[in-house]
Amino acid sequence: MIDVVYFAWVRERIGLPSEQIETTAETVMDLVNELKAREERYDLAFADLESLRVAVDQELVDFDAPLAGVREVAFFPPMTGG
Amino acid sequence: MKVRVQSDDFDLAAELAGFGQAANTGATVTFTGLVRDDTGVLDCLEIEHYPGMCERAIAKIADEAAMRWALTDCLVIHRYGKLHVGEQIMMVATAGRHRVEAFEAAEYLMDYLKSRAPFWKKEISRDGTVAQWVSAKDSDEDALTRW
Repeated sequence: MIDVVYFAWVRERIGLPSEQIETTAETVMDLVNELKAREERYDLAFADLESLRVAVDQELVDFDAPLAGVREVAFFPPMTGG
Repeated sequence: MKVRVQSDDFDLAAELAGFGQAANTGATVTFTGLVRDDTGVLDCLEIEHYPGMCERAIAKIADEAAMRWALTDCLVIHRYGKLHVGEQIMMVATAGRHRVEAFEAAEYLMDYLKSRAPFWKKEISRDGTVAQWVSAKDSDEDALTRW
């Protein structure tokens, strides 16, 4: 079971701030593909990975990052702090 | 070294009262970011943040700056929530032995906070009809290459 968290327009497109997902995905990319296959709103949110960032357990990673032992995955657009 | 992420406003003078007190501090630099209206129709920004990761990401950036410029003190405050035009969004303060260190470290902090601290800004217009996410600029990402 992994906590999946969404922010900004990713959250709006998916319609949820977070959810728990039962998955056997080995990498972030596998999880993205699993979600995209589920429903259209996921397919829309993950349509352009160039415009998305991902963090596992609150550290920025690439989409090929492994999920073994990970508790939380977050998807969001490029950050606009400052 | 202090990092705070909060919805409340902050008092710049009070924050600086005890800042950079070490005897080897020769320079302090402060920067404050405000909500700006370029269009004449902006009411506020809604700033969304990733609790926990924000503090971690900023602390990592601040530690890096402190080491690189041998800072004697460093403070970062970043707000979230609904902030109206003219309100303070964030501040950084750096203290170092000389002004070059303090200025450079402050700029480094600002450049990294822009694209590596998990905040997202949504612009809300005064009549409430427009609500749009501020997109990250390529120039913000490019700014990191100079470090």
